[in-house]
Amino acid sequence: MTTTSEPGGRPSPALRTEALEQLLTERGLIDPKAINEIVTTYETNVGPLNGARVVARAWTDPQYRQRLLEDGTAAIKELGFSGRQGEHIVVVENTATSHNVVVCTLCSCYPWPVLGLPPSWYKDPAYRARMVREPRTVLAEMGLRLAGDVHITVRDSTSEVRWLVLPERPAGTEHLTEEELVPLVSRDAMVGVAKVAAP
Amino acid sequence: MDGIADMGGTQGWGPAHPPRGDEPVFAEPWQGRAFALFLLSVRVSGQNIDASRHAQERLDAGAYLDDGYYGRWLNTAELMLTESAILAPGAINARARKLRGDDVGEPPAPDPARSDYAPTGPGSLRTVDTAPAFAVGERVRARDYSPPGHTRLPGYLRGHTGVVALIQPAAVLPDTNAHFQGENPQYVYSVRFGSGELWGADAEPFAVTAELYESYLETTS
Repeated sequence: MTTTSEPGGRPSPALRTEALEQLLTERGLIDPKAINEIVTTYETNVGPLNGARVVARAWTDPQYRQRLLEDGTAAIKELGFSGRQGEHIVVVENTATSHNVVVCTLCSCYPWPVLGLPPSWYKDPAYRARMVREPRTVLAEMGLRLAGDVHITVRDSTSEVRWLVLPERPAGTEHLTEEELVPLVSRDAMVGVAKVAAP
Repeated sequence: MDGIADMGGTQGWGPAHPPRGDEPVFAEPWQGRAFALFLLSVRVSGQNIDASRHAQERLDAGAYLDDGYYGRWLNTAELMLTESAILAPGAINARARKLRGDDVGEPPAPDPARSDYAPTGPGSLRTVDTAPAFAVGERVRARDYSPPGHTRLPGYLRGHTGVVALIQPAAVLPDTNAHFQGENPQYVYSVRFGSGELWGADAEPFAVTAELYESYLETTS
């Protein structure tokens, strides 16, 4: 929070983080083990593999797909995924003619239980500012060129509702099993800035 | 409030960045620790998620942008902890400078002034006894106002007319909860706005939906 100049320059965020950790720990306000647990959780347990499992299940189980689109939170919980930033998840389907893309213009709200913490491009001011103003241009800059007749709906996550995109299953994957489909499903497709490609 | 955080539709940020497949969750170790310290500081400082977002949007532009996303969370944690007098102003920088070998004194720890805030339940979803004021398919206008405190009504939607697409569960109103003035739970509506309504006739054709709390909306008749 300090923008004034200080002798030796402003301490780096890494040093400031270490300082904050010391100050709270030495007064017994936090347990350093809690920090490690949170870091480990979001580095290893909660990530886009969770969402990929949801999508692969929806692609191979029509009844699950229907439940997912009707009550995303409950269907996602069936696979064991819930928690912080996932109180109420709505799932929308991308098709050949209808494309959804998710943004949070006010901060960087993101469905943590299914996608983990947001990638850098999602938190980038250019993405947050421009996706609600010129999504077709922004998507093209990110590598996704949509045909002119595709309807784009941008989902600005302004409340505690979180959005997950169910991407279109690529042609040529009909013979693949649910387990074989999981690694094809990218984080980017589940936010709506990419499509899932056939292997 | 109209702060740095309300970025929707603002210009001057340059091109968007293509995704990289190999991006680590935390590019540097301090980022993960800053993230965790933020989450823990919300509790330590007696705040809630809305108050923490309000703290974040009150950062000056440098504190919001210069150290990136996790630097922003670190700076927000500092603001919450100093405002609740868990930490003295400048305490983090003093300790950080000491860590790098500067000969500096540290401010004494103040007497904490935590809010006595307590939520009425976990999370943000609540049940309300009333029926939703607006129906799916109804035209509604987002209020055109700039409250001085916290709001989740983005500037680019204010005064614009859209159509209710979905009625979402009732939830705690951030505008009052952020200031510990009560939860005021109310329905949330996914409202669909056409790009022409927001940006004029020359805009790319598309729609935006946003989740707007009932008190953000008015009828158009």
